Amino acid sequence: MKRSTKEFNMSQTATIQAVCPECAGEVQFDRPPLNGEVVRCSQCVSELEVISREPIVLELAPEVEEDWGE
Amino acid sequence: MRIAMTYTRIRPEERFLLDEFARQGIDITPVDIRQQVFNPADSSSWDSYDAVFDRSMSLTNSITSLSILEGFGLRCINSLKAVELCSDKLFTSIALSRAGIATPEVRVATTYQSGLDAIDEIGYPAVLKPIVGSWGRLVSRVNDRHAAEAILEHRETLGSVQQKVMYVQEFIDKPDRDLRVFVVGGEPIAAIARSSEHWVTNTARGATAEGVELTDELCDISRQAAQVTGADVVAVDLLECPRRGLLVNEMNHSMEFRNSMDVTGVNIASVVVEHIAEIAQNQGRHDSMNHSQGVVVV
Repeated sequence: MKRSTKEFNMSQTATIQAVCPECAGEVQFDRPPLNGEVVRCSQCVSELEVISREPIVLELAPEVEEDWGE
Repeated sequence: MRIAMTYTRIRPEERFLLDEFARQGIDITPVDIRQQVFNPADSSSWDSYDAVFDRSMSLTNSITSLSILEGFGLRCINSLKAVELCSDKLFTSIALSRAGIATPEVRVATTYQSGLDAIDEIGYPAVLKPIVGSWGRLVSRVNDRHAAEAILEHRETLGSVQQKVMYVQEFIDKPDRDLRVFVVGGEPIAAIARSSEHWVTNTARGATAEGVELTDELCDISRQAAQVTGADVVAVDLLECPRRGLLVNEMNHSMEFRNSMDVTGVNIASVVVEHIAEIAQNQGRHDSMNHSQGVVVV
């Protein structure tokens, strides 16, 4: 599984950022994400899942499985 | 009062709910089921919770965790029984039929040949669905016998074991929309219409949502359907049949509502959280009237 390797940047005032593991683009959060949160990279539109919060590490979100849903 | 919210992925809904728990000052702990090691004989790490709110996107994880947590005597929302009933289209059909609630005609078969017979009996076009699945995945409109043969052959050859069950539903020639009613604590709180030019009117497939009036007729049938499932929080999907009126199509135990709050003007997350807190307060583990002895057979 591809993971972003660069650490995030989370100063008190700056936007929270992480690195897209697919395109190395910058992924921004407007507040601290939770583990399991899914975001979309605005540059390569990959669906990414937060797998660690400190530091923020993103990995490509798994494909939809047969038993997923509501 | 302490509540655990189990999940497998933080969708916008889980964010709305967590924010709402925080806003209402309720002690909520998000628990990623995927990180858990459960010991069915030891409830100690769960004893401090009054109730568990299941928001798993994975049905398998829901059923696994709820089996164990209800075994610990925890009040789970929704209950294992409700989740099993809502998640399985066949179980839902059986329950609705037994309760006399209007629902599309269904035939069920387990082989290629009996599947063809079932589709013939329902008539063309028919709708073939997996008994477990969501977001309109693998739902097929079968227009004629040739299509039926092709789809059933593919399912027999390529499908999982579960897909060997042929769940065949009559096609309802509805307007280009279906209806969804959100029911919390047995009471309808909001309704939307999901519209699409595609015959699958699911927002996960690009349908758009708009708020609709909660009419008496909508409320009555949705209330009855929710009661049949025993679900505390559920979304009831309905079809408008030109001949028979409202039909309950499916039930959703872990409902998504990200597109529904703005269009209905109802803060669904807030209503749900209030209800979860009420259950935890009145029926939770630390309520002296309930579950004080721990193990409950499920």
